[in-house]
Amino acid sequence: MATAAAAAAPLADAHHEELSFIRKYIFSTDHKIIGIQFLFASLAFLVLGGVLAILLRWQLGFPGEELPGVGTVAPKFYNSLVTMHGTFMVFFAVMPLLVGVYANYLIPLKIGAPDMAFPRLNMLSFWMFIQSGIVMTASLFVEGGAAGSGWTAYAPLSAVPQYTGASLGQQLWILSIVLFGASSLLGSVNYITTVINMRAPGMTLFRMPLSVWALFITAIIALLAIPIIAAAVIMLFFDLTLGTTFFLPADGGQPLLWQHLFWFFGHPEVYILILPAMGIISDVIANGSRKPVFGYHSMVLAIIAIAFLGWITWGHHMFQSGMNPLLGTSFMISTMAIAVPSAIKVFNWLGTMWRGNIRFHTPMLWAIGFVSLFTVGGLSGIFMASNAVDIFIHDTYFIVAHIHYVLFGGSLMAIFAAVYFWFPKMFGRMMSETWGKIHFVLTFIFYNLTFFPMHILGMAGHMRRIYDPTQYEFLQPYQPMNRFITISAILLFVVQLPFIVNFFWSLFRGKKADINPWQDNGLEWTVPSPPPHGNFAMTPTVYRGPYEFSVPGAEADYMPQSVPPSGSQ
Amino acid sequence: MDWLPGAASSYAADLDRIFYVILAITGLIFVGVQVALVYFIIKYRGRKGRQASYVEGSTKAEVIWTVIPAVIIVGIAVASQTVWSEIKDPNHFPTDALEVNVEARQFAWAFTYPGADGELGTDDDYIRYNQMHVPVNRPVVFNLTSVDVVHSFFVPAFRIKQDAVPGMNLRAWFEATEVGEYELACAELCGVAHGLMKGKIIVLSEDEFQSWAAEQS
Amino acid sequence: MNEAITLPGGVTAEPGMRIYNQKLGMWIFLASEVMFFTGLIGAYIILRFGTTAWALPGVPLEEGGTPLAINLTAFNTFMLICSSVTMVKAFAAIEHGDQKGLRRYLVATVLLGAAFVGIQVVEYIALAHEGFLPRCSEELAAVVPNCDLFGSTFYTMTGFHGTHVSIGVLCMIWVTVKAFRGKYTKENHGGVEVIGLYWHFVDLVWIMLFTIVYLI
Ligand SMILES: [Cu+2]
Ligand SMILES: [Cu+2]
Repeated sequence: MATAAAAAAPLADAHHEELSFIRKYIFSTDHKIIGIQFLFASLAFLVLGGVLAILLRWQLGFPGEELPGVGTVAPKFYNSLVTMHGTFMVFFAVMPLLVGVYANYLIPLKIGAPDMAFPRLNMLSFWMFIQSGIVMTASLFVEGGAAGSGWTAYAPLSAVPQYTGASLGQQLWILSIVLFGASSLLGSVNYITTVINMRAPGMTLFRMPLSVWALFITAIIALLAIPIIAAAVIMLFFDLTLGTTFFLPADGGQPLLWQHLFWFFGHPEVYILILPAMGIISDVIANGSRKPVFGYHSMVLAIIAIAFLGWITWGHHMFQSGMNPLLGTSFMISTMAIAVPSAIKVFNWLGTMWRGNIRFHTPMLWAIGFVSLFTVGGLSGIFMASNAVDIFIHDTYFIVAHIHYVLFGGSLMAIFAAVYFWFPKMFGRMMSETWGKIHFVLTFIFYNLTFFPMHILGMAGHMRRIYDPTQYEFLQPYQPMNRFITISAILLFVVQLPFIVNFFWSLFRGKKADINPWQDNGLEWTVPSPPPHGNFAMTPTVYRGPYEFSVPGAEADYMPQSVPPSGSQ
Repeated sequence: MDWLPGAASSYAADLDRIFYVILAITGLIFVGVQVALVYFIIKYRGRKGRQASYVEGSTKAEVIWTVIPAVIIVGIAVASQTVWSEIKDPNHFPTDALEVNVEARQFAWAFTYPGADGELGTDDDYIRYNQMHVPVNRPVVFNLTSVDVVHSFFVPAFRIKQDAVPGMNLRAWFEATEVGEYELACAELCGVAHGLMKGKIIVLSEDEFQSWAAEQS
Repeated sequence: MNEAITLPGGVTAEPGMRIYNQKLGMWIFLASEVMFFTGLIGAYIILRFGTTAWALPGVPLEEGGTPLAINLTAFNTFMLICSSVTMVKAFAAIEHGDQKGLRRYLVATVLLGAAFVGIQVVEYIALAHEGFLPRCSEELAAVVPNCDLFGSTFYTMTGFHGTHVSIGVLCMIWVTVKAFRGKYTKENHGGVEVIGLYWHFVDLVWIMLFTIVYLI
């Protein structure tokens, strides 16, 4: 049982330098390389998800018209677009961008560990992710088309091929989700073990940066939620292929069982997508404000409270599903309760900026954008939490606006903050600040032009996932708005170009980065950029919390966690 | 301020009221947060020689912004619950209602009326497709089913939405308050022609409805 | 907030738990396994109690009884419980440095586990012959209430459990081979403990499944 000691000991093997290219960059077990692999892969999926979004937006803005160079969007293809846009964005872009990339990259560095607890499982996790991504992408091209039952795959629509016309596509969708789940599970086991067992001396739980806290709690949620969706899609798969009848009402199955299972996973999944973003934003705002995070302990408690409450609120997706109305009441109450810890977080971010000395570096701009837009998403959530109001706005564009304010305005803004913030550590070069700021301003503008009007569409009763809004008389007056949204969405897509160019240009040509370009306190900023295999030449010792900025009497306005207290030797 | 579509059912005003109350409350918080954000950005922008105040938090402030949202939330929940049970609780359904069976399928609506004897499930029942005729100012309770996938019965002007689930018989109700034609939509993704699965609710005066009903049987 | 920290050199306590990574990792993994079976068993409970009639044990098949052969499976259950006992014995042996005992009990565990899977396969084949499948034969569907649903849940739950036992047996064989090569010592036998955790978990799941699927 000497494993623990061996794993925690400083890793300074000389032969790491001699690894072949393939072992070093392709089948690497180094958590940093794996994090970077996740970054490239999931950014590619993000672009793919964006392309799908543009195609479906085209149909909504210009129904039946030909998209130059592509052609028209057929109704069946439209449903596949809706399904695959959601699927790619949730499972292959936002979730891996937050968890795959930053849990991998940051956890060991920030807690002072040489690597993950199980480096080979970590590698396996990445390659399973790639496999699942390939299967999902391939499903776009199979006969019968990709799955067309929505990313929520409501049964029996998803359980009988004749209902959507997609047969193989739906099966591949399930297969991909299972592979994805396995990958995510391996990752979670790794992250949790690493945080519990491999913190450097002095890195007590309440000295962990909020990003690590959030990623840790997220891993626990994923560990417990992913098996539920795995069980659900496997039953769905058996319904499709082996003749079981879990979700088929004609033979005793229950369609609502699918919805319960899906949302029992699905709501915690939403927190998998937002909690890490909140953690990252807390780190960046403290750094940008040069101040400690306001109310660190309540921030931690809020994360835990959100994670806990997330398990008892799934029914708010099912208010109109035919579930017992009394359950509707209890799910409203539990859902509303989540507004409290969410509000604490927003106010504490504002409190962090209050009386600060704010540096508007690019990551800070994205973090401010996050606070601004997440607030909108959080507030619009209250409308849906109200079971009465939900009767009207359920399955309308109000919901579409809400999820995009949370997952794009929230999560994706945090992802961009993280990319700009840790790019120098990952690649040893700075990204262009000027272009980063241009990217932020343009994204912020076109983001709001795209998604804010969707609230108004939703209030008008505009249904989600309909192919042609002009079919309805009451929606015809809103067609100019639909067109406006589509044009804004295209521009939103286009203004990501500066980011892509900046990213690749900086990768090779960017200014060389110092060890600590943002003057931050995390342990990752005490090692070279990029850090060597094994991270720390000597296991660091941690003496203080993560946010000791502008300590009165100190020389600099930051104080890395490994700086010993003055006075002691 | 007419962001919600024209209301034409007995409970639409109740639902709209909560909507606008929530809109007012969240609107106020929205403006407050954004203004504070902008104010902090300007007031506390970094300058050489200045130092941020080393503040780790304030229990008092945090208690305030924990308690206030909690109180607001409880208020909204209580108000919502009243309207929710008015619309969705079967124990509160009106009793003297016209009863209709609604069956959803890919991609059409079928409405079964009780016929002259006023009872469903008898020989003189008649079925109409995609057009639902109802009398004004009289509650209509409908039994909603689906033969294939999950659909959702949505009449924006009435503020009613109820999923139709195969294998389940779900009851819902509305009372139209204005004569006219209103669009019925399917609100749950149900297949290729989901976006075309629409119908009409035709609200007639009581007399007109009686003569229409007489014509059908 | 500022707990005094011992300086480097004087550092004694590490923040981690006193459990080595592999064991902790297995516990965490088992938590997710619990959720997986919760999903399957939860679906079973919802489906079973969402319908009016269900095939009960102790009732003749013609009167709507269960098509399952309870005695055979009870014997199988007994074997699986025995394999947990031999697993405990194997671990106890190596904790005392008893290599021989370790090997003997590991082999016993492998054999019992393999026998369990074997009998389950025999059971499946017999049931399939009777026409009991996720889609029941017409004769069976006529007497067994909700036969399709019974078949769907039965094969999914027991099938996934059987898969877990099979994977366990394969890992156990690997551990046994290592034991025969003398890879485990009194001080270092994490592999035995970790596979043991998994094995007891799978055993526990079976006791639950046997109870709810066969007995009630
Ligand atoms: Cu939710
Ligand atoms: Cu429909």
